[in-house]
Amino acid sequence: MPVLWIVLIVLALGGVGYMLGRRRAMASADGDVRHLHSLPTYYGSNVALLTIAPALLFMGLWLLMQPILIERQIIGLIPESAIAEGSSRSLVMSDVRRVAEGLDTAVAQGAMTPDQADSIRTEFTDVRERLGRVGVALGSNVRPEVLRAAQHYRGLQARYSAIMTVLVLAVAVVGFGYSYLQTTKDFRARNVVETGIKSLLILASTIAILTTVGIILSMLFETRNFFSQYSWTNFFFGTTWSPSFSGRGGASQLGILPLLWGTLYISVVALLVAVPIGLFAAIYMSEYAGPKMRAIAKPLIEILAGIPTIVYGLFALITVGPMLRDYFAQPLGLGESSASVMTAGVVMGIMLIPFVSSLSDDIINAVPQSMRDGSLGLGATKSETIRQVVIPAALPGVVGAILLAASRAIGETMIVVLGAGAAARISLNPFEAMTTVTVKIVSQLTGDTDFASPETLVAFALGLTLFVITLGLNVLALYIVRKYREQYE
Amino acid sequence: MTDATANPAAAAGSPRHGSLLSQDALTKKRNAAETRFRLYGLAAVSVGILALILLLASILNNGLGSFQQTFISLDVELQEDRLDKAGNRNIEDLKKVSTFGYAPLITAAMAAKIAETGIQIEGLSAKDAGNIISKDAPAQLRDYVLANPEKIGTTVNFKVLANGRIDGYFKDRVTMASAELDSNVTPQQLMLADALKEDGVLIKGFNWGFITNPDASENRPEASGLGVAILGSLYMMLVVLILALPIGVAASIYLEEFAPKNRWTDLIEVNISNLAAVPSIVFGILGLAIFINFAGLPQSAPIVGGLVLTLMTLPTIIISTRASLKSVPPSIRDAALGVGASKMQSVFHHVLPLAAPGILTGTIIGLAQALGETAPLLLIGMVAFVREYPGAPPEGFFDPASALPVQVYNWTQRADPAFVERASGAIIVLLIFLLFMNAVAIMLRRRFERRW
Amino acid sequence: MNDMRIVEREVETKAVKISARNCQVYYGETHAIKDVNIDIEDKTVTAFIGPSGCGKSTFLRCLNRMNDTIDVARVEGEILLDGEDIYDPKVDPVQLRAKVGMVFQKPNPFPKTIYDNVAYGPRIHGLAGNKADLDVIVEKSLRRGAIWDEVKDRLDAPGTGLSGGQQQRLCIARAVATEPEVLLMDEPCSALDPIATAQVEELIDELREQYSVVIVTHSMQQAARVSQKTAFFHLGNLVEFGETGQIFTNPQDPRTESYITGRIG
Repeated sequence: MPVLWIVLIVLALGGVGYMLGRRRAMASADGDVRHLHSLPTYYGSNVALLTIAPALLFMGLWLLMQPILIERQIIGLIPESAIAEGSSRSLVMSDVRRVAEGLDTAVAQGAMTPDQADSIRTEFTDVRERLGRVGVALGSNVRPEVLRAAQHYRGLQARYSAIMTVLVLAVAVVGFGYSYLQTTKDFRARNVVETGIKSLLILASTIAILTTVGIILSMLFETRNFFSQYSWTNFFFGTTWSPSFSGRGGASQLGILPLLWGTLYISVVALLVAVPIGLFAAIYMSEYAGPKMRAIAKPLIEILAGIPTIVYGLFALITVGPMLRDYFAQPLGLGESSASVMTAGVVMGIMLIPFVSSLSDDIINAVPQSMRDGSLGLGATKSETIRQVVIPAALPGVVGAILLAASRAIGETMIVVLGAGAAARISLNPFEAMTTVTVKIVSQLTGDTDFASPETLVAFALGLTLFVITLGLNVLALYIVRKYREQYE
Repeated sequence: MTDATANPAAAAGSPRHGSLLSQDALTKKRNAAETRFRLYGLAAVSVGILALILLLASILNNGLGSFQQTFISLDVELQEDRLDKAGNRNIEDLKKVSTFGYAPLITAAMAAKIAETGIQIEGLSAKDAGNIISKDAPAQLRDYVLANPEKIGTTVNFKVLANGRIDGYFKDRVTMASAELDSNVTPQQLMLADALKEDGVLIKGFNWGFITNPDASENRPEASGLGVAILGSLYMMLVVLILALPIGVAASIYLEEFAPKNRWTDLIEVNISNLAAVPSIVFGILGLAIFINFAGLPQSAPIVGGLVLTLMTLPTIIISTRASLKSVPPSIRDAALGVGASKMQSVFHHVLPLAAPGILTGTIIGLAQALGETAPLLLIGMVAFVREYPGAPPEGFFDPASALPVQVYNWTQRADPAFVERASGAIIVLLIFLLFMNAVAIMLRRRFERRW
Repeated sequence: MNDMRIVEREVETKAVKISARNCQVYYGETHAIKDVNIDIEDKTVTAFIGPSGCGKSTFLRCLNRMNDTIDVARVEGEILLDGEDIYDPKVDPVQLRAKVGMVFQKPNPFPKTIYDNVAYGPRIHGLAGNKADLDVIVEKSLRRGAIWDEVKDRLDAPGTGLSGGQQQRLCIARAVATEPEVLLMDEPCSALDPIATAQVEELIDELREQYSVVIVTHSMQQAARVSQKTAFFHLGNLVEFGETGQIFTNPQDPRTESYITGRIG
């Protein structure tokens, strides 16, 4: 039974539970609401909640576990001999899944009867051709082991789905029955419902933690796989990045240093653009601009923050890149490429202007007015006050803001994908194309990916490195900013 | 203390201040520094605004063209002997005629048109003349015939797309000089286009296809459109809205109203503020590893994109929801508790409705952010070339689709310069959506802004 | 007693330092100061008293144009310092504030060292030719601020680390370091404990030897203790201005009397 149907049935059961629970409560109080412990809706909600929530949670867990269980059983079926040279179990597994999906499609389209799908043999039929006819393209001929595993896979899937349907509905019915029988006029329905809702709220708030755990685990696993195939010293200290596309392993050199260099170089250029402009813009807005000027200029600059990064990327690609090449790089003899550190850095700097300026604005405004008055009262000019009193007082906060901006710059993807180029190199010339960690994550994980080869897995190691760097910067920055705010609170 | 008062003479001896009405040299210098500093500030603001103007001008300048397209008006004879040999108008039989069967009809119609108008261009072959029409035109014609089989045997007037190079000629992307060097177009074809334009056969019109068509292949930029991408983005936004809003609001209510101050809630808070600053591409890796490789959800599907964007948007929604819950004064909660409501009732009956406009505003802004996000979608396979519209939800959530920002990226990766125009045009569409969403958010804020 | 009389007569004949003529202040639509005329004498402590919101602080801030920093504030009429109108368009408020220093309600040392706090004014106004000069000025000012002995061993410590009373005396030292002619004090003791208040009051009395001091205070006792002249403000009007002794013992205006006897305020 499709998941959607199960969900609908459970929900319907919950709806019925609501009505019945309410009615039973009213009946037990002889129709007089005043004799009930809680309002009648709470009795209804109690039944509905106990019917729906455990059943759906159970189903969610089951759906998460099912693929793992099935896979574990199937993997045992694949003999060592079926794994070709240079391939791996997980690759064969994905073949199995694909064939199984193909059989499903064939059955759904009526090209095969369910019996046929379970009984066809590679020995007698060209499975690839038959599946091709229903639009499932397979890379190679289906080996008998794979087909058998796929058929078994389908069988297991069907069986597990059936078990799940029964169990989920059973959980729902048990919840329904239990809560329905509980319903009497003295039952503290409101308290129970509120506890239930509170648990749901807590569950929702833990999603943030689950996400972080998911991020770390998903990258950690694949990174470990990567380091089992490629030495970590070569990864962290290698100065050459040249993944081979032909074979697996061997010839590839996957040193992260050129990528880190490009990332840092571009980030530094971006910060050199964004920090002075953003800071001065914030100072001007908060200390000099009249209300009219502020009302116009501030939203305009904030628009820059709302523009998606792909737009900046395109801006770099079609406008800034060619402009820098034609007016700077070529006349100065520094390069011929429109994708360059400068292009990506300048555009990223523009993107970060509103980020730096709004953070600085908050921070400058947090400096107490009495401090400014003290300086102005001594006969300091506004600029002297800002430079010698406000900025030093706001310095920790501004440093925190710059760190946050740096973390943004390091993790930014689309601008560098379109503006920085794809050549990994360590060079000082800012008009040369260089590449970054994020660009390589994109290029290694799009197109043909093979989750057994170091060339693909390296993306997870890059991702983990990126995550650790940005996390470090963020934690440090948030800590500094928080400390700074406490100082003036 | 007595020391200080003992030497008033020293103080009297120090330089006294002159008249207020004249500025001394130092003051002049300091005021000049002041003016300079102020100018730096003004310059910074101007640079920011200038960058915005340049950015928008570049996008508009490059992209507005994609909303105009060159069409050629042709009278095509739908010859029965070619399209329906059996003559029974059976749809299944008609489908057997591929687009190759339709191409000659269009070439013939073109030749007839040229003969009719009497245009003569030296060195122009009939094949070249036919090639100024888009390679997509036969498919267009076939779709029409399959929808209206009764028209077979008649002559129908069609507005077919002109080839991308011809379109580019009228948008100043292609010139006679560049055509000399271009293997895809000849100067003679351009002359023919000029002549056809004079006769009113070749016309420019609003390009609805750009909004509704699916993507087209590398050498048919003129036929490519945003239909699938817009639908895909819409589906993803639906998923984000359905998941992120309730989860975000629930999490905020817990953290703001119920959570005790302890290690666990601290951990959650730190987590949320960090997630808000995690690079978006990391969420893409998460989506790839968890949703696709682990949970086995299909690649390129809006459901996966929606899930990834939900996780990305949650921190934004939680932060803004908490801010608006916080802005509801405690007196309201006290009042509800004072009449005997439970904590839960006071939150759901009183605090939440008052905070609703703020929550909604935050949600819309979060959605707008998600709509423009590209990097994570690249990793979960949304770069794939998709020509089929996804089905209706909820099954459609699992069909392959594209997304607006990813479509932009896709088009930037293609060689034909016509796709630069398309990419910029797609950005204009994207920006219009964003503008609309932000306008709604601002309106909500203005409308319901409450001062306590 | 006879001596006292002579002293008082001397006070009366002192030169006028600041004089306000028909001074009006508006905050947006609010008429905050209404038609104030006053002569503030040199080498005298003048106290502004009155209930909260009567405009005494507002008027004080007009005297060195600190109201300029508030967008909506507008000043009309004239305020003369040594006969020159400080609101003349040719006047640079920066130069004016060097002549008319100010000490604020809350101690507001800069987040710098004690030394740099005091040296700030002399540095921006170019009063010291070299480091040695600056050292002299800093020491002299800290002595005048009656805080030298407490901080001379830790001039490099941050000014924000001092106690409240010390901070306020540091701020006074900072204000006198620029050699002002007039010192404005806006409730300088309201954030201090009684002992620190006594120290600051003693200091104010000493400052009178060189400066014209104008102090806004909430406390009538303080006004009586430190000032020679007292001005009573009420609802933006200058109700009464005269010798401190006379205001407190024999007020001419019934409103002054009500305030002093505690019936309004």
